[in-house]
Amino acid sequence: MSDTAAIFAARDPHVNFAYLDERTKRMIRRTLLKAVCIPGHQVPFGSREMPLPYGWGTGGIQVTAAILGPTDTLKVIDQGSDDTVNAVNIRHFFQRTAGVAVTTDTRAADIIQTRHRIPETPLREGQILVYQVPAPEPLQRLEPRRSETRTLHGLAEYGLMHVKLYEDIARYGHIATTYDYPVRVNERYVMSPSPIPKFDNPKMHRSAALQLFGAGREKRIYAVPPYTAVASLAFEDYPFSIQRWASACALCGATDSFLDEWVTDDRGTRMFVCSDSHYCATRQARATAPEPSHGSK
Amino acid sequence: MNAATGGTPLDLNAVGPGFSDPPLASQAVFRAALNAFARPGRIQRVASDAPHPSGAAPAAAALLLALLDPDCTLWLAPRLAHGSAAAWLRFHTGCRIVSELREAQFLWSDADQMPPFEHLPAGSEFEPETAATCLVQVEALGDTPGWRLQGPGIERTQPLTVRGLDATFLAQWRANHAAFPRGIDLLLCAGECVAGLPRTTCIEG
Amino acid sequence: MYVAVKGGEVAIQNSHALLAELRRGDPALPELSAAQIHAQLRLAVDRVMSEGSLYDPELAALALKQAAGDVVEAIFLLRAYRTTLPRFGYSVPIETTRMRLWRRISATFKDLPGGQILGPTYDYTQRLLDFALLAGTPVPPAPRAPAATTAGLCPGVLDLLDREGLIEPQPLSAADPEPIDLTREPMRFPAPRAARLQNLARADEGFLLALAYSSQRGYAHTHPFAGEVRFGSVEVEVIPEELGFPVSIGDVALTECQMINQFAGSARQPPQFTRGYGLAFGHSERKAMAMSLVDRALRAPELGEAIESPAQMEEFVLSHSDNLEASGFVQHLKLPHYVDFQSELELVRRMRAADTVQQSES
Repeated sequence: MSDTAAIFAARDPHVNFAYLDERTKRMIRRTLLKAVCIPGHQVPFGSREMPLPYGWGTGGIQVTAAILGPTDTLKVIDQGSDDTVNAVNIRHFFQRTAGVAVTTDTRAADIIQTRHRIPETPLREGQILVYQVPAPEPLQRLEPRRSETRTLHGLAEYGLMHVKLYEDIARYGHIATTYDYPVRVNERYVMSPSPIPKFDNPKMHRSAALQLFGAGREKRIYAVPPYTAVASLAFEDYPFSIQRWASACALCGATDSFLDEWVTDDRGTRMFVCSDSHYCATRQARATAPEPSHGSK
Repeated sequence: MNAATGGTPLDLNAVGPGFSDPPLASQAVFRAALNAFARPGRIQRVASDAPHPSGAAPAAAALLLALLDPDCTLWLAPRLAHGSAAAWLRFHTGCRIVSELREAQFLWSDADQMPPFEHLPAGSEFEPETAATCLVQVEALGDTPGWRLQGPGIERTQPLTVRGLDATFLAQWRANHAAFPRGIDLLLCAGECVAGLPRTTCIEG
Repeated sequence: MYVAVKGGEVAIQNSHALLAELRRGDPALPELSAAQIHAQLRLAVDRVMSEGSLYDPELAALALKQAAGDVVEAIFLLRAYRTTLPRFGYSVPIETTRMRLWRRISATFKDLPGGQILGPTYDYTQRLLDFALLAGTPVPPAPRAPAATTAGLCPGVLDLLDREGLIEPQPLSAADPEPIDLTREPMRFPAPRAARLQNLARADEGFLLALAYSSQRGYAHTHPFAGEVRFGSVEVEVIPEELGFPVSIGDVALTECQMINQFAGSARQPPQFTRGYGLAFGHSERKAMAMSLVDRALRAPELGEAIESPAQMEEFVLSHSDNLEASGFVQHLKLPHYVDFQSELELVRRMRAADTVQQSES
């Protein structure tokens, strides 16, 4: 217990461990258990008002707060990066309220809370990926009424979604959804993967990690257990494909990662850099360790 | 408010203590339950310093102590209902003990007193999350070849041996599995061990 | 290395420091106290309490001070605080007929039992800037009605109509069931009226005002009369389990609006008047009246009216009424969306390239 005591020394004694009161945590935990038992099904929950705004990760924060323990190591990313202000803010929130160890290292983390990306480094067994979800209902843009979409999910009636994707093909010659690309989980529920780029969709399929999704404003939680089939919707003659870049990462040379585009001057010069900051930094460190190099330009 | 409704008055002298540090102990026990359902059939140890009431498997007692609160309803099989477990859980969690199976969110039973699955709340197509979570006390759990489990949470197949379930169990489970997304979810408990069987798990005997 | 988005932590700290400095303003001027805000900006305090779902004028004033007067931000602060409070139980229903009235008007009867009490209102002020306030002139004490006229039982206007059977009856629920608490459980549709009213009581005043206004302009079929608007204080009582009888825990100031609506009748019901109800903490007539109009519009399915207008659409109204949900989600667009935008950029470029190829081929 002495380790625990040391960890606790850092946290704010005026708030409960991980901020939420114990009864709220129990409610969220029971919701999570049912979500895991029904992969891809959105379970309504009594989302609480958090000290952060709706739309800024309140669902993910509540899920993390409900599962987090004092010996967990937490990583928080936004757009793949540990350093964006929202990620920093949420990481601080848990350092302050739970006193947990934090890391930027994907491999060292027990729990990774994310907005809009799945890390490039494959996740391992025992890890939990917590997604912040703005709009959990994959059918919402086709049918905004929750009373209706609930029925459609219940009946596994997903014709509407296929019609939408097919109209894309008729109009553009391909499916014009690039992020928050709908998936079918365990061959049953159509689910929003949250606004990750479709580049990340294949990483969800049979992932070794447990994936939990929290939508605070819309008051829903859902989950994908490890090793669960997650298929991106597609047609036989129009199979699912992911983004590819013509260039490699300008900093680490990676050709297998999702690249952010940086505008470097007023003339519109561009460079492409890994969106996963830890993946990129690790590759750069590895490249420079034996002999200093000038990096790639 | 609900804690006080229904049931006989508590004899506080007869009620044993709960967790010594409820926030941290509940979190640890919950994670065992989460792992149990996320990795069906894989045996998890439930660490708890709460003394368990007589007739209770320590794992089952700890799980209910960690998960229940006044928003929950619990149905107890006769042997547990007549012991000290009901008063203990009501005192520490405020849960409501119900006698009607259809009102139960949680069930706690020895394997030999488990009601037929078809009598348990299995949720609806539209709200499958309202199905019951059942804590079933069995004689022993092991990971030697016995059943072969498949489904979400399992990489290929997961072996599991369970002692103490009756012969009708597999047929009942198959019907439960086939009703997805409706269906009950089980936590099999023996001693300090628990193994989860979510409704998605397919069992070959 | 090229400037990455490092230094987020320092940037946040600096931002907090700047914010604190701007909130305080010119240090040569005396600092506002929460007590001053409570006493002199009472209507702002009332709105923060109403939409913050917490009756605590001192904390609402503190929230306004901390939020530099941004009412929605102050509501946010109060709600985030409220979330952490334990729930001890429910009060018994408040009795607004026993309200100690500061103001009570009816637009449907010229005179009525209890009388019309104009009380404090901006309604009949001539909206001319009062430059004397710049100098800060002392305010003479206002004349008061004798206590007898504002105390005791004052039945609502609708009770009078009720006796004649002209207005739909509103039977009390049997056995006083526990209400749904939307701060603890999610809204489910279709929602019972109690849940709708709770949602509307917490709803953004501006949103309700616009919807109510739309219902008056033909977007819904309401023909409303302000049966009664009353503002005053009522006692809040609880029944502690160990005592078994009600005990007063204090007073709250409330504004209540009972709106009367014409109803032509349907196959099921004879023509009669129907009700719309609004209630807000403190003195918030605009909110209470708007709420009562929207409440009535949302009763369309129950009264067999066609649902054609936004104010009648339950999911539309109740899902978009909360200003914290709306503000958070609108403003979350400030968060980085590099990844999603990059995905769209890649797509648009690819589609344009494909277009160019097609055009050069043809």
